[in-house]
Amino acid sequence: EFTKVAADPSIVNLGQGLPDISPPSYVKEELAKAAAVDRLNQYTRGFGHPSLVKALSQVYERVCGRKIDPLTDILVTVGAYGSLFSTIQALIEEGDEVIIIEPFYDCYEPMVKMAGAKPVFIPLRYKNDGNSASSADWVLDPAELANKFNSKTKAIILNTPHNPMGKVFTREELQVIADLCIKHDTLCISDEVYEWLVYKGNKHVKIATLPGMWERTITIGSAGKTYSVTGWKLGWSIGPQNLIKHLQVVHQNTLYTCPTPLQEALAQALWIDYKRMDDPDCYFYSLSRELESKRDRMAQLLQEAGLKPVIPDGGYFMIVDVSTLNVDLSDVGEKQPYDYKFVKWMIRSKKLSAIPLSAFCGPETKRQFEKYIRFCFIKKDSTLDAAEAILKNWNKQTA
Amino acid sequence: LQTHSLSLSLQAKMSRPVQARRLEGTDKNIWVEFVKLAATYSKVNLGQGFPDFPPPDFLKESFVRALSGENHMLHQYTRAFGHPPLVKILAQFFGKLLGRDLDPMTNVMVTVGAYQALFCCFQALVDEGDEVIIIEPFFDCYEPMVKMASGTPVFVPLRLKAPKDGKLISSADWQLDPAELASKFSERTKAIVLNSPNNPLGKVFSREELELIADLCVKHDVLCISDEVYEWLVYDGKEHIRIASLRGMWDRTVIIGSAGKTFSATGWKVGWTVGPNRLLQHLRTVHQNSVYHCATVAQEAVAQGFQRELELYGKPDSYFVQLPKELQQKRDWLVQSLDAVGMKPIIPEGTYFLVADISKFKSDVPDVPDSDEPYDSRFAKWMVKNKGLAAIPLSAFYSGAHKNNYNHFIRFCFAKEEATLKAANDILQKWKQEKTRP
Repeated sequence: EFTKVAADPSIVNLGQGLPDISPPSYVKEELAKAAAVDRLNQYTRGFGHPSLVKALSQVYERVCGRKIDPLTDILVTVGAYGSLFSTIQALIEEGDEVIIIEPFYDCYEPMVKMAGAKPVFIPLRYKNDGNSASSADWVLDPAELANKFNSKTKAIILNTPHNPMGKVFTREELQVIADLCIKHDTLCISDEVYEWLVYKGNKHVKIATLPGMWERTITIGSAGKTYSVTGWKLGWSIGPQNLIKHLQVVHQNTLYTCPTPLQEALAQALWIDYKRMDDPDCYFYSLSRELESKRDRMAQLLQEAGLKPVIPDGGYFMIVDVSTLNVDLSDVGEKQPYDYKFVKWMIRSKKLSAIPLSAFCGPETKRQFEKYIRFCFIKKDSTLDAAEAILKNWNKQTA
Repeated sequence: LQTHSLSLSLQAKMSRPVQARRLEGTDKNIWVEFVKLAATYSKVNLGQGFPDFPPPDFLKESFVRALSGENHMLHQYTRAFGHPPLVKILAQFFGKLLGRDLDPMTNVMVTVGAYQALFCCFQALVDEGDEVIIIEPFFDCYEPMVKMASGTPVFVPLRLKAPKDGKLISSADWQLDPAELASKFSERTKAIVLNSPNNPLGKVFSREELELIADLCVKHDVLCISDEVYEWLVYDGKEHIRIASLRGMWDRTVIIGSAGKTFSATGWKVGWTVGPNRLLQHLRTVHQNSVYHCATVAQEAVAQGFQRELELYGKPDSYFVQLPKELQQKRDWLVQSLDAVGMKPIIPEGTYFLVADISKFKSDVPDVPDSDEPYDSRFAKWMVKNKGLAAIPLSAFYSGAHKNNYNHFIRFCFAKEEATLKAANDILQKWKQEKTRP
């Protein structure tokens, strides 16, 4: 619904998670090089192009501190979206329950339902801890979480860094989840697409590296988010052979292989950055630094306009409490959550778009989050300049 | 007591298989094994179906233009159901071929290869209790996909009506028995899968054969999933007829196409579906919940490729005219090579595959009675390991129960450079000489 807005050039689009910055030039060059090799325009290995799974295994062996077999422990998919689908189709079925943390990336619910299983929601809750508005203020209640686990619980979906909140789960928070997974023999589907985008003072911890978790966790990553190439639609699942083999079966019966030239180009880009993982210029870190300053700029603009942003510790989204503006939308006829109405009003009257947070909530929780909207800040300077102009004028117009 | 009951339910959980039941019976895949064998042993690979020549220059140039152009947004998400320039040109092109006005937004959907189009069709249209008719031999993914959708595959074979003595068999000699086909339709039949031109035989269904199928579809209100990925590869002046253009069929047919086969770029994985909105809307639902977006750059390049072909349609410079011409020549070379050594080729009317009878070479690979593995599979494995020539056993394209019905045939892919086909010929010649040596 909201992606149609992206087509309208008069609107400053901070809604959909679409970078408008350019991918690094070497990434584009590698694609051009790959396309020039005849063989690379034909089918490659179904479960992942050999040079790509090798590169992924090297990068993640370093990150995880454990051996990862490129052929048995990795599956390359059509985006992280495809990894989520393959994982859920492979391991989830009718009779299963799957725990989903709210707010959640909106595809989790329909995918779980398509697999015939029951989504069980648990919201992040704001811990009343003074005035700071940081994504770290939103936490799971351990007792509430424990209550959601039962003998039917097949998996929990974890997303860290978190979309839309920007929360980066701490080791302690992950340990709480891990303990429950082990106790109830539950799988963990860990969506870590924003793994490189963590800001100062935060560290991305992989739940699969906690004791007892490797054997029950599928960790999902994304080229689109790593290299600002969402249109390449390449992602991967990493995990133990006895789980990945089932994802591979789904993959061989759904699309069989992913595009070859894109995989080759991604492999080469990963090698370039793998070799400089000790260097601050590595794109995994430099992108994060670039985004941190955009985050800070965005937060400041929003605050100056009288809005209340929740500063994200990671990712490239920021949620904002718009209730502080007290925009009266009660006369708007449709029975929709406040944030939906607010975003529509904002698009119409301010020419600025965002995504309403209730889009990321299950039915019971929509009310809880309806005063929040989500902005995407992986935008080039001119886009942020245009957003600044709108936000600076905001109060003048509503007065 | 609580701990005890927890551990009991935990034990029950841990003793259940971790994977979902929908995977049952779908885990075996011939390609994983044979692709590995070819990679390890083959000197000449005529196995898996992909060209060893490059895509045409105009297509490669389009790709490079798209990825390096000023518009770097081509590296970001495009429209989920298909990049606008691509769906527009596909609607135009296929609208012209079908004699119909097609809406790019509702009558066309882009997929990750024709493979994912097939997946969307089965997931969207087949339910538990539904039967799906599959014509044997068939592209092997149809069966596991029907099973994964909880459907029941119902098989009907093409049967060889041997021609007069001395003549080489043609794929046209493999036909459906009308009464047998009719008997496969029941009130549970939801769909029939048609693949014309047919992989592996190369059969191009005639108008009469298509009408036979169409009449049954209309009579029993059955859908048709029409896999037409080899639509441009038809030889000897034959015509590829689209079943959706027959009376009563547009509204119940999903047509599937492939840029990989159309433009010799199998590694790009761009496919599409064309059909009525009442069917495509359900494909869109599956697509948005499984893959959502397809990669952008290749879609942009394929759109430009089709633009060129629309302008050159029917003209000698058209790739759709040149490619079948080149492949027909390659087909004829391979037919000659095989016939010369005693492997009896079935002349394909279309596709870039050719099936040959290897009975004369059986002495090289002794029969193993009570073997689980079909003879042709053992033969093909022996051949790649000992002769360095890769091909695919025909039994790969039959259902489990029928794998031994035609177990002395293997499938060759001839979408290969002349040098490759010459090298294959050399291997075959040497092999024959070894057999006739005293």
